[in-house]
Amino acid sequence: MSEFITVALAGNPNAGKTTLFNHLTGARQHVGNYPGITVDHKEGYFSRKGQNIRITDLPGTYSLTAYSVEELVARDYLVNEQPQVVINIVDASNLERNLYLTCQFMELGVPMVIALNMMDVARDRGISINLEKLEQQLGVSIVPIVARTGEGTDRLIDKTVEIAARDEKWKPLSISYGEDLDESILELVATIETKNFLTEQYPPRFIATKYLEDDEQIIAKGDEVNREVSDSLKEIAGVVSDHLNKTMDVYPEAIIADHRYGFIKSIIRQDVITHKFDTDRLYTSDKIDKVVTNRLLGPIIMGVILLGLYQFTFSWSEIPVRWLESFFGLLGDGINALLPDGMLKSMIISGVIDGVGGVLGFVPLILFMFFGIAILEDSGYLARVAFMMDRIFRIFGLHGSSVMPFIVSGGVAGGCAVPGVMATRTLRSPKERMATLLTVPFMNCGAKLPVLALLIGTFFNEHKALYMFLFTVLAWIVALVAAKVLRMTVLRGAPTPFVMELPPYRLPTFRGLIIHTWERTWQYIKKAGTVILGISILLWAMMTFPTLSQERQQQFDQQRDTLTASYSSQVVQEAQQDAEKLSAEAERLKNELETIDRHQDEESLRNSYAGKIGTSLEDISSLAGFDWRTNISLIGGFAAKEVIISTMGTAYSMGITDVEEADSLGKRLQHSENWNKVVALAAMVFIMFYAPCFVTIVCIAKESSWKWAVFSMISNTIFAFTFAVVVYQVGTLLHLA
Amino acid sequence: MPINMRHLKVNQTATIISVKAGGELGLRIREMGLVPGTEITVKGKAPLYDPVALRVMGGTLTLRNNEADYITVEPHETK
Repeated sequence: MSEFITVALAGNPNAGKTTLFNHLTGARQHVGNYPGITVDHKEGYFSRKGQNIRITDLPGTYSLTAYSVEELVARDYLVNEQPQVVINIVDASNLERNLYLTCQFMELGVPMVIALNMMDVARDRGISINLEKLEQQLGVSIVPIVARTGEGTDRLIDKTVEIAARDEKWKPLSISYGEDLDESILELVATIETKNFLTEQYPPRFIATKYLEDDEQIIAKGDEVNREVSDSLKEIAGVVSDHLNKTMDVYPEAIIADHRYGFIKSIIRQDVITHKFDTDRLYTSDKIDKVVTNRLLGPIIMGVILLGLYQFTFSWSEIPVRWLESFFGLLGDGINALLPDGMLKSMIISGVIDGVGGVLGFVPLILFMFFGIAILEDSGYLARVAFMMDRIFRIFGLHGSSVMPFIVSGGVAGGCAVPGVMATRTLRSPKERMATLLTVPFMNCGAKLPVLALLIGTFFNEHKALYMFLFTVLAWIVALVAAKVLRMTVLRGAPTPFVMELPPYRLPTFRGLIIHTWERTWQYIKKAGTVILGISILLWAMMTFPTLSQERQQQFDQQRDTLTASYSSQVVQEAQQDAEKLSAEAERLKNELETIDRHQDEESLRNSYAGKIGTSLEDISSLAGFDWRTNISLIGGFAAKEVIISTMGTAYSMGITDVEEADSLGKRLQHSENWNKVVALAAMVFIMFYAPCFVTIVCIAKESSWKWAVFSMISNTIFAFTFAVVVYQVGTLLHLA
Repeated sequence: MPINMRHLKVNQTATIISVKAGGELGLRIREMGLVPGTEITVKGKAPLYDPVALRVMGGTLTLRNNEADYITVEPHETK
């Protein structure tokens, strides 16, 4: 059967919507406690009893107004796509508030089934719900489920299929909003119906309500379709609004909300809910919150948890990191022995293995970090972090909810600015959102992490975790100050509300954690496998071509010939044999030959396209202590930060010959005269704050405009370079190297 | 005696009398169930005493002090 039923899954954030979606479709999706993590609606297919079903996961919302992107996405989907059935997931332990959205669906009239989730939690809290009565009062089918375990979902789907088969028309519910408003609604509906105003899309009463609620989107649509009718509707709405304001000092939308809750309360009061025991008793969540958000203990616990995450990530991932490194080392050796010298071998070893191997070597680190973050996220702790941090974030013109994009981007090191930039969609104020959007790329994302880890491991090996932590703190400080500066200049404006839910603490499910961790890690690997491979080869080409002129190559050959000729043939033979122990004479010959090779390699690299760019920038970059090899790597980092490592790998492997081939990039840097602790610090500062990678730039452009994207590219680079120069100059002056 | 919600203490319970906010703030407050007649309990305050955590209809909400200013409540008698 190719025919499928279209179903939309809708409900409040934290009602278990994504958990149910995952359970039904088996799809690997992100489940978070953060309100509105599913901004784009996700689709999945499944079948039951031979019936195919397409289910769309709508963003979690509390209302169907036009204040946030999520609400618009959800509303537009229902109206434009007209799914056959809406599964409205409702949290049984928080029934009254959840029904507020249900009520709005009913007013819209969509065919609906209620999935009453978390029946287990409600039972534990002593709440029992009279399903029959509720069903009867609402006039909507209800199926009790436990999304986490899948209990009741088969019945839910059977019911959904049954409702779809009925193929009924939309039946909008009319709720009385009190005398004043009901009167003007009648007037509005009359006008809407006679003029057929927007009625193809929305029920007339829904349009009338939206005009009373002063809904920007619907009114803009109305203006577009028929300005005249729209103006007359606005006038009717304006009259009643003024009247209410004068007589009762309230807004129409407040009265509408009051009556919706009145409708819900009238239902619930009819013995729908019975509390078996005292509801005021402390839930486990409250007990935890007493400690975890305590004035003194809260911040300490937060610090300990975040620092613990670092220790966990860095110390536990060390062993698998070493395995991967030696695996790629062996692979390189194998190819070195198998392939004849030449361009292909050079490309595979310098371009492919060094590039991809360098990046994949860090997969365990990222895996561990994401696992830790998933625990914080799924348990509900991250929402508490937002709660505790809001007062501080507000100082910088941000919102407690900015924490999430910051953390996703690498506020707890190891995120990615790409999902971070996307997560800013959940911020409701455009200005706070822009400020967050432009500053999250300052965070230490998972791609900068290996670069920082390499430099810290090489130059500050004794205090790895401490330095990593300090650099994270630095990223936060810079990002917050930058946000404040933006909010005081280009992004001035009033703050947005912080009415946010603190979801109850939950023990994360192992399956959920694995899905999260794997999905994020896989994204990283995919990036490493495709983008990085291409760029690695491109950079190898940039560093190889144009090759040295025939003349210069011959000159080098000649030098070698002259040198060899000055030794006896016996010594020459010995040097070529690659024996374990060489005579002093042969040893010297070998070293001298290598020096020539090194000069030749260095000259070829300088002569290449990349070398030319890097060298031409050396005059300026030397202010921050960067040599041309570092410049090349930093240019590569524009494409993706992890490329910095692979490029350095290539740049420094070319400059040095076989003797040290076994050495890691870290050792090569340690031996380089152009590198020391101060240069490493300046480089890390620059890498942390300069232009975001190309993918992030594209995301910023998509989420705002190219103007902002270019702005962030240029201003970040200028800032980062200034910072790096200060670090290098001060550090050198103080002889810290 | 009705008071401004900001002045509620931790663990104090009150009933909402009025919500004088319009626009988006008004919507966000109301969609979470903070409407006249609703019973709320202050469950805790953030380390810097702002925002506060409220128990509303079986869920926990956060609200900043300057947002609570729009809400008038009638505190219940303390037992």
